[in-house]
Amino acid sequence: MLIDFFLSLKQHGLPVSVKEYLMLCEAMEKGVIHGSVDDFYHLSRICLVKDEANFDRFDRAFAAYFKGVESLAAVLPADIPEEWLKKLAERLLTEEEKAQVEALGGWDKLMETLKQRLEEQKGRHQGGSKWIGTAGTSPFGAYGYNPEGIRIGQEGSRNRSAVKVWDRREFRDYDDNVELGIRNIQLALRRLRKFAREGAEEELDMDGTIRSTANNAGYLELKLVPERHNKVKVLLFLDIGGSMDDYVHRCEELFSACKTEFKHLEYFYFHNFIYESIWRNNRLRHSEKFSTFDVLHKYGNDYKLIIVGDATMSPYEILQPGGSVEHWNDETGIIWLKRLTDLYRRAIWINPTPEAHWPWTQSIKMVRELMEDRMFPMTVKGLGEGMKALR
Amino acid sequence: MKFTGSQNYIATDDLKLAVNAAVTLQRPLLIKGEPGTGKTMLAEEVAAALGKPLLQWHIKSTTKAQQGLYEYDAVSRLRDSQLGEEKVKDIKNYISKGTMWRAFEADEQVVLLIDEIDKADIEFPNDLLRELDRMEFYCYETRETVVAKHRPIIFITSNNEKELPDAFLRRCFFHYIRFPDRNTMQQIVDVHFPGLKKALLKEAMEVFFDIREMPGLKKKPSTSELLDWIKLLVAEDIPPEALKSGDTNKLIPPMYGALLKNEQDVHLFEKLVFLAKRNR
Ligand SMILES: Nc1ncnc2c1ncn2[C@@H]1O[C@H](COP(=O)(O)OP(=O)(O)OP(=O)(O)O)[C@@H](O)[C@H]1O
Ligand SMILES: [Mg+2]
Repeated sequence: MLIDFFLSLKQHGLPVSVKEYLMLCEAMEKGVIHGSVDDFYHLSRICLVKDEANFDRFDRAFAAYFKGVESLAAVLPADIPEEWLKKLAERLLTEEEKAQVEALGGWDKLMETLKQRLEEQKGRHQGGSKWIGTAGTSPFGAYGYNPEGIRIGQEGSRNRSAVKVWDRREFRDYDDNVELGIRNIQLALRRLRKFAREGAEEELDMDGTIRSTANNAGYLELKLVPERHNKVKVLLFLDIGGSMDDYVHRCEELFSACKTEFKHLEYFYFHNFIYESIWRNNRLRHSEKFSTFDVLHKYGNDYKLIIVGDATMSPYEILQPGGSVEHWNDETGIIWLKRLTDLYRRAIWINPTPEAHWPWTQSIKMVRELMEDRMFPMTVKGLGEGMKALR
Repeated sequence: MKFTGSQNYIATDDLKLAVNAAVTLQRPLLIKGEPGTGKTMLAEEVAAALGKPLLQWHIKSTTKAQQGLYEYDAVSRLRDSQLGEEKVKDIKNYISKGTMWRAFEADEQVVLLIDEIDKADIEFPNDLLRELDRMEFYCYETRETVVAKHRPIIFITSNNEKELPDAFLRRCFFHYIRFPDRNTMQQIVDVHFPGLKKALLKEAMEVFFDIREMPGLKKKPSTSELLDWIKLLVAEDIPPEALKSGDTNKLIPPMYGALLKNEQDVHLFEKLVFLAKRNR
């Protein structure tokens, strides 16, 4: 059963590993929990999910797998680890009861009967409440498995809140696949910062060491200096004047919020697509143009290029000379984008359009190809992946 | 040996489960959550509840993994050798043991807190993989392998400033402390102020959660701010009525400076209150 559960998490796109799965098995075997599904929910989550951004996904996967199941027993088939059951029984039975079990044929007999009961129960599906036996009638009931046990009796379920933890979806806001908003902008910032700060190694300060050793009458005195941080230089190209303004603006804010973390961060604006001129100041768009060539010459190939735009337009705007909607462009958009990506080998495109819509827009497909697939949605996750691609 | 919360610390069921899993399986437990949700305190309370010594390793941006194991002071030794000191012959004199070493060599099981691991360099957690897994490491200088006599119970906290590497995460249990709901918060306050008047508590909680829900705050007040604030209210003998927002003149709760510490937040708050007053 555990394997199935594990695989279904994988199918839901959770990054679970075998190591963590074994950890869960070990915890079950060592009796960390005793059969309530709620406990199993928490235990499996602490073992398998290491990022609260994935909690919501886990909740959905869990709900799908355990739909309508109220007791672990119902999904545990005959191959429950024997050890686990033994521990369980040992814990829950008094000395007296244990003696009774012995009389019934000992532990093995108990286990066998329990397994059998589980099997039968699986076939029967007693109207939604999938419990094993009923207190008082089955030998298990008679031995009084108490409610905090595997809950073979019904007691445990009655006063439970109707809504399961995993159905409450309390971690929805932590999911990193939703669009950038006020709530998750902090997370996005952290990912950017992580990208901006590359290592903080210490290195030997040769000059300093020689100087201080000399001052020290020849006795060695090592001097260390922190390696330079903030090595990252970024060119940010933002598409403005369209339906995506809000998003683009948010992205701009995001970058300016961590401006100090970068060694250099330069902004430029364009409309729909990049041609021979771009702007530095959004408001002076018509008066203050910069030649794209000059920008290419000024900022060397140690810069990383981040283009933000919806890439949604008529294909002509990319393919044709004169395709621009605003002016006559002698050279096609393709040529300009190629010039950029040829120089800046580290380049990504961030697209605020929901990723699900991408395949339906021809121009997005074209840009994506031109960018060699390095187009990322404007979500925390997308940003994170984009930053990885920039390394 | 089971952790069931303590007199000073309110632990939710899922948190207790996480602690017990970590204790039973002797694997580290990684704790994340908003500031002030009791991450650091947890390790202290578990140590106290289980009657075990607590060793703490507070991580800073400059902390290196090696420092938790040991440090070899080559420079002093070099200097001593130039001065012809006797102790220079034994390298052990220049090895100073780190927190992990002390946890490993302890004669009884200890609780080890690695606090704010996200402050360090991103490589830091990766440098501790083997140590956390096998609970042993090799000291090159003295040519000995230090093996934990008793696997310590390890708590690691993070404020999410950096992401932690996957290989590291796979070795830990992970629990996220959610911000306490009203009920839990009430219990936490009870623990700190056992004799607090019901009416005052009710009004204070009302104000606190209202402020937390105010959009646009840079830093939402946390548990510790609530506790500080209540302490002030009690010290100044503020009556519960003074916290009721129904009273137009007292829209601003007394001593709210304890709740809002960021200047921008205070301004925002005052502005909103001002607007609310005017619209009455
Ligand atoms: N569950 C709780 N029970 C009792 N007191 C609590 C609880 N949670 C928080 N507190 C109170 O809040 C204070 C802050 O807790 P602590 O320093 O452990 O938080 P933290 O999560 O480590 O914060 P930070 O992220 O800032 O390091 C504690 O000293 C304690 O007084
Ligand atoms: Mg702390």
